[in-house]
Amino acid sequence: MAEVMQDYATSEATNEGAADQTATKTMNMIEAINSAMDVMMDRDPDVVIMGEDVGYFGGVFRCTAGLQAKHGKTRVFDTPISECGIVGVAVGMGAYGLRPVPEIQFADYIYPGIDQLISEAARLRYRSAGEFIAPITVRSPFGGGIFGGQTHSQSPESLFTHVSGLKTVIPSTPYDAKGLLISAIEDNDPVIFFEPKRIYNGPFTGYYDRPVEPWSKHAASKVPTGHYRIPLGKANIVRAGEALTILAYGTMVHVAQAVVEANGVDAEVIDLRTLLPLDIETIEASVKKTGRCLIVHEATRTSGFGAELSALVQERCFYHLEAPVERVTGFDTPYPHSLEWAYFPGPIRIGRAIAKIMKD
Amino acid sequence: MADGPLRSNLQPLALHVPEPRSRPGDPVDFSDVIVPAADSMARPDEAVSPHDMRDLSFGLVRVLDDEHRAVGAWDPRLPHETLLKMLRTMALTRAFDERLYRAQRQGKTSFYMKCTGEEATSVAAAAAMQGDDMVFPSYRQQGILMWRGYALTEMINQIYSNRGDKLKGRQLPIMYSVPELSFFTISGNLATQYPQAVGWAMASAIKGDTRIASCWCGEGSTAEGDFHSAMTFASVYNAPTILNVVNNQWAISSFSGFAGAERTTFAARAIGYGIAGLRVDGNDALAVYAATQWAAERARSNKGPTLIEHFTYRAEGHSTSDDPSAYRSAQESAEWPLGDPIHRLKQHCIALGIWDDERHAAMDLELAEMVKAATKEAEKNGVLGHGMHQPFETMFEDVFEELPWHLQEQMAQALEERAAKWPK
Ligand SMILES: Cc1ncc(C[n+]2csc(CCOP(=O)(O)OP(=O)(O)O)c2C)c(N)n1
Ligand SMILES: [Mg+2]
Repeated sequence: MAEVMQDYATSEATNEGAADQTATKTMNMIEAINSAMDVMMDRDPDVVIMGEDVGYFGGVFRCTAGLQAKHGKTRVFDTPISECGIVGVAVGMGAYGLRPVPEIQFADYIYPGIDQLISEAARLRYRSAGEFIAPITVRSPFGGGIFGGQTHSQSPESLFTHVSGLKTVIPSTPYDAKGLLISAIEDNDPVIFFEPKRIYNGPFTGYYDRPVEPWSKHAASKVPTGHYRIPLGKANIVRAGEALTILAYGTMVHVAQAVVEANGVDAEVIDLRTLLPLDIETIEASVKKTGRCLIVHEATRTSGFGAELSALVQERCFYHLEAPVERVTGFDTPYPHSLEWAYFPGPIRIGRAIAKIMKD
Repeated sequence: MADGPLRSNLQPLALHVPEPRSRPGDPVDFSDVIVPAADSMARPDEAVSPHDMRDLSFGLVRVLDDEHRAVGAWDPRLPHETLLKMLRTMALTRAFDERLYRAQRQGKTSFYMKCTGEEATSVAAAAAMQGDDMVFPSYRQQGILMWRGYALTEMINQIYSNRGDKLKGRQLPIMYSVPELSFFTISGNLATQYPQAVGWAMASAIKGDTRIASCWCGEGSTAEGDFHSAMTFASVYNAPTILNVVNNQWAISSFSGFAGAERTTFAARAIGYGIAGLRVDGNDALAVYAATQWAAERARSNKGPTLIEHFTYRAEGHSTSDDPSAYRSAQESAEWPLGDPIHRLKQHCIALGIWDDERHAAMDLELAEMVKAATKEAEKNGVLGHGMHQPFETMFEDVFEELPWHLQEQMAQALEERAAKWPK
């Protein structure tokens, strides 16, 4: 079974870069994610989608809207409210040879499914010496900024990057979301695909008292309607610069960029896109060039992914560093409701960190 | 991979995916919902073996008949004051829901959840328990707080996440916590309260206490592992617990078939665990009272836990974030065969000669005014997003009993950030 799927994945004709040859459409992030699944369902009869409210209704964030009507209800279906069951049956379907794309309604609700992810999906390949694999892509909206309180706001990515055998992907634009999701679905290993829900409809910049521009005003909303890939493990330099390197992903890419524009600092902003496998080459080259590094994530600080990034930069770029590596993160508390903006690592926190890092 | 290896002489397997009775625009047909006569279910002794009461998991305990009389073995024969107090509390719950739903629409808070049509499943259940029995609710049991007399302004302060909110604005609206009324802090993660209630009841038994515990979850949530863990522990330790499943037919957009309702009842989940199971007309306050009273008596006399399925209907959207017209027929609510719980109790009180339409209309006005006054009072403490929130420091408190160094540093940082944003 595994070989069959390997063949499938390598026999694809479409390549990176082929995207510009196809027709494009203006899409927000929800539409781009929807389009990725639609394209993959057209191309591969083994792709199935399931999750709470994803079928007839099309998902509480509408990411699967229309897919059941088009592809049928044995390929796109609602599930019982059991995240353990959702991930567990996805693993079983993968063992049969399907390519399931389960949705967990909010990342905050992924925990009941964690044993199936960590002990099972992540280790099938290893423990069976490649005889069984888990080619599943678990999609889930994550992150705060929507007044969702502590159970609709969390960023648990580092729980998953800590597990051997799981890939973790976080897009920051419609264009990236589609290309990365296609790569994730085609990947033969289990992928956690976290969607920053704060930027589903527009690139939120962290200035919460200003209106958010819709995606249609942003170049990355021009999304090819067909199949294209953005490879996993490749970061994107969204702004080239010389003064310092900012590492970010998801919503924080836009927040960091906005602060950089406002401050006029010549920062190089790198959107990691994939946390694991990590594009260490791009990071290393940039920090060696700038000599300064700021890491920005919304997740809590202690043992967050920033700790891993900071260690890597220190190990690999120590003799090029002109200032200590800085981290800007959410605070180490549950996500509060009314004090959401005091919690969120917004422009002030980032601006202060940039000032500190540029001082010496 | 291609299609599976077919052996041509065998029938291909087919996946069953449940479908609800109706979708938007469809005519509604509830003819498959069997509504037995109000006096049709026998009432066994509270000490009965679960094996000798299996029919109660498949039937429907009902007390109010079509003429609004209380009939049959399950009639709890309540004093008139109790009937009127339940009626008033259910009406208050509805008035509160109406007003706070509107407050959310006016931008005063982020979120709200009504329990319209399900008021009996919490109010009558609370009425049949002792005031100090511990409850572990889901997010739709505001009726328990109403019955136990919680101050409306406290509830609204929480909903507005304002500086009067004793939960310090941390929780999503309606996620109350009221230990003084034996009401556990509400979680957003479904069914987690189920094993916790069993654990509380086990503790009460360990200590030789006399208080029992009760929990609630929706029918959709019975799919979670926590539900089944709770059932197993309740069964193994004969824990003095009442486990309520509010089967309101819908879990956001998913009908009860996605929790297994096409195959059996939710009350019948009890059978496999060797627990007493009761299936109750959840829109009949007297039936809910009677079933809860039966289960409480059973638990209190060390005869074991009871699973109660409250068969009801979610008359409105899942929450303020939901538009049910996108996935179910708008007619369903009006045609629900078990009617409305407030209307039914009201008609019963009228039939008894202790109530009338005029008094009811006057009460509704009075309750609306009362809620309005409480809202105005709470608004003095601010509404969400208008600066009158808790001090920044409170964000870091209660993560632990004491503040470790890293949170002290982060607190200082948050205060510096505030000073940078709003220089005094
Ligand atoms: C563990 C977990 N998974 C998913 C959710 C999202 N969610 C919130 S309410 C809900 C539906 C629950 O339906 P039901 O149990 O029937 O209760 P009802 O809302 O009908 O009262 C879902 C899926 C959640 N809160 N927690
Ligand atoms: Mg329900």
